[in-house]
Amino acid sequence: MTTYLDHAATTPMLPAAAEAMAALLTGPRGNASSLHTAGRAARRRVEEAREDIAEQLGARPSEVIFTAGGTESDNLALKGCYFARTAANPARRRVLVSAVEHHAVLDAAAWLGEHQGAEVVPLEVDAFGRVHDDTLRAAVAGDPDTVALVSVMWANNEVGTVNPVAELAATCAEHGIPFHTDAVQALGALPVDFAASGASAMTLTGHKIGGPYGGGMLLLGRDVDCVPVLHGGGQEREVRSGTLDVPAIVGTAAAVRVAVSARAERAATLASLRDDLVVAVRAEVPDVVLNGDPGQSEMDGGPSRLPGNAHLTFPGCAGDSLLMLLDAKGIECSTGSACTAGVAQPSHVLLAMGVDPKHARSSLRFSLGHTSTRADVRAVAEAIGPVVARARKAGLVGQRRTRVTAP
Amino acid sequence: MKVLAAMSGGVDSAVAAARAVAAGHDVTGVHLALSAKPGTLRTGARGCCTVEDAGDARRVADILGIPFYVWDFAERFTEDVIDDFVAEYAAGRTPNPCLKCNERIKFAALLDKAVALGFDAVATGHYARLSVVDGVPELRRSADAGKDQSYVLASLRPDQLRHAMFPLGDSVKADVRAEAAARGLAVANKPDSHDICFIPDGDTRGFLAKRLGERPGELVDDATGAVLGRHDGVHGFTVGQRHGLGLSAPAPDGRPRYVLSLEPVSGSVRVGSAAALAVRRIVGAHPTSPSGAALVDGARCTAQVRAHGDPVPATASIVDGELVVSVDGDLRGVAPGQAVVLYEPDPAGDRVLTSATITTTS
Repeated sequence: MTTYLDHAATTPMLPAAAEAMAALLTGPRGNASSLHTAGRAARRRVEEAREDIAEQLGARPSEVIFTAGGTESDNLALKGCYFARTAANPARRRVLVSAVEHHAVLDAAAWLGEHQGAEVVPLEVDAFGRVHDDTLRAAVAGDPDTVALVSVMWANNEVGTVNPVAELAATCAEHGIPFHTDAVQALGALPVDFAASGASAMTLTGHKIGGPYGGGMLLLGRDVDCVPVLHGGGQEREVRSGTLDVPAIVGTAAAVRVAVSARAERAATLASLRDDLVVAVRAEVPDVVLNGDPGQSEMDGGPSRLPGNAHLTFPGCAGDSLLMLLDAKGIECSTGSACTAGVAQPSHVLLAMGVDPKHARSSLRFSLGHTSTRADVRAVAEAIGPVVARARKAGLVGQRRTRVTAP
Repeated sequence: MKVLAAMSGGVDSAVAAARAVAAGHDVTGVHLALSAKPGTLRTGARGCCTVEDAGDARRVADILGIPFYVWDFAERFTEDVIDDFVAEYAAGRTPNPCLKCNERIKFAALLDKAVALGFDAVATGHYARLSVVDGVPELRRSADAGKDQSYVLASLRPDQLRHAMFPLGDSVKADVRAEAAARGLAVANKPDSHDICFIPDGDTRGFLAKRLGERPGELVDDATGAVLGRHDGVHGFTVGQRHGLGLSAPAPDGRPRYVLSLEPVSGSVRVGSAAALAVRRIVGAHPTSPSGAALVDGARCTAQVRAHGDPVPATASIVDGELVVSVDGDLRGVAPGQAVVLYEPDPAGDRVLTSATITTTS
């Protein structure tokens, strides 16, 4: 029996999503762009899913663009909006992104900087990893007309800190600057409402909420210009091309429905489990440090920290040692974002928060989700003491340059 | 035993891990990320430590059914192996980076971490025979004379070797490849890695030039003192080198010239005849022994002075903490910075007696 505590990486499929997909995977099949009966039936499924998702998320159906995942949505938002904005006015070269974004945003912005003449301006964060409106205002103020777009994630995937998205979006709106937010971690955990947030574009993905892999979405305001990145049939509002993945879209819609309707109750349960987990770990490892917002305050009608997130630093331990020892005991967690090619680099998020690189390497992320139970918390509580003791021993030998007698 | 298998992504470490599993050990695979920028490395035919290699190692671990992780040793590798490599060349010596990697990374940083985490041994795909009798390690040449790697393991000390495991020591390479194929490991036909892993294009001189820049000096005739030409730095040369000296005129006697010695301070490279290259006495610093036993005074043995060099009969003693080796007959191309490794001939595999770093020759 394993203890799965990496729900921020991906989470088990919800039965409702799996069932909705299964019927489509084995049943009659048509291309949603085809004109015959089977094509129309497929298209109907897509449009019902689109309407469903729009309704759950405070968007209009025409604002829902299906993509192949969060990474594609982030790339489309950044590149597409940048291209559109500079085409309308070549002076708009500044791309403002928070320093703690996912690599799908950071690297897309960096690419614009290296290949498209963008000037990438990092927005600094506080010690919790939060972007303040003052910071954004100061960055915009110098010359608002040169800003192409702003991108700040709704909630951070590593440390769980929630950003004041509505406030940041309002600041951008004052200057007519498009505001994109990566809300991949927020969906299902925080009250996400596209219209109310004031964002111009919002990245979402189904597999983080119990839907299938490949069920990406970009909510894109009707009046927001976006140049396509993938060219072809123009299936999605002429902004995104590619045959629509009907089962993934339908499965994603089913997952969104559950994520939104069960959100308030689930968030409360997860926050309680998470708090218990932190207390239990601290009882075994008194010097453990919780990174990010403590989660005891409110932000835009929800918690100030993702309810399922516990990001902890274990001084003197290497994160990779902790991960391996816990994995051997059936406890699955993460040293940070799973997307860094298997090599544990010190997290750019923690570094941006001012954590020193040594501490950054000593961190683990436990992320709870819809299948988490008290038993999971107990398993961590029982394992963590000996695991940390052992990792600390290994961490100490790693620090000194051992055994070297010859110069 | 709990065994940590170091898996490079090549066929040897794959089969070594497979044999550790087959022997009933509780095995965990670890790939060492040694490049500071693993994501940016491009795979060359001779490269290693690339993203592709990490992926190959992972697939082997999948098939063996063992846990697999990537551990980042890039910082330590850069400091202890690459920086040392560059500094040694700058000082006019010829280092062996594989030896340093074994001594300071695989059987030091990695081994220490593994032992602290509860592992009993680190298994690698090296070709050398290791046995531990009553706690005393014995290191011998591989059963495959062509692949033998005892030379680059000889500087390991007993506390390191007691936690080492070389499952391929009794095998020849062809059998290892056949076994990999039989076990369904996709790396069975992967080409051998050659040269130096952190210089995948094989251009050592270019690699050093990029780091050390130009340090011009003179090529001097050792016999006459005449200046024969100029060069861009002593790091471009190794004692015993014949090609690439950039000399326009041949020696007066028409015979080829060789690098005899390197003087990093003046930047002079002294060249001369093959006869002048001959060495009979080698002094080595920091002698170590796999078993921990002191070298018998006046020990008769065979001496090897480079990774794939032929061993020659010799007599050796420890004098004032240094290893002094007298070889029977002449030995050519003995480069300071390389290891001198002494073996006791034995039909069951020549046994390593001592290893030391060559400092001076005469």
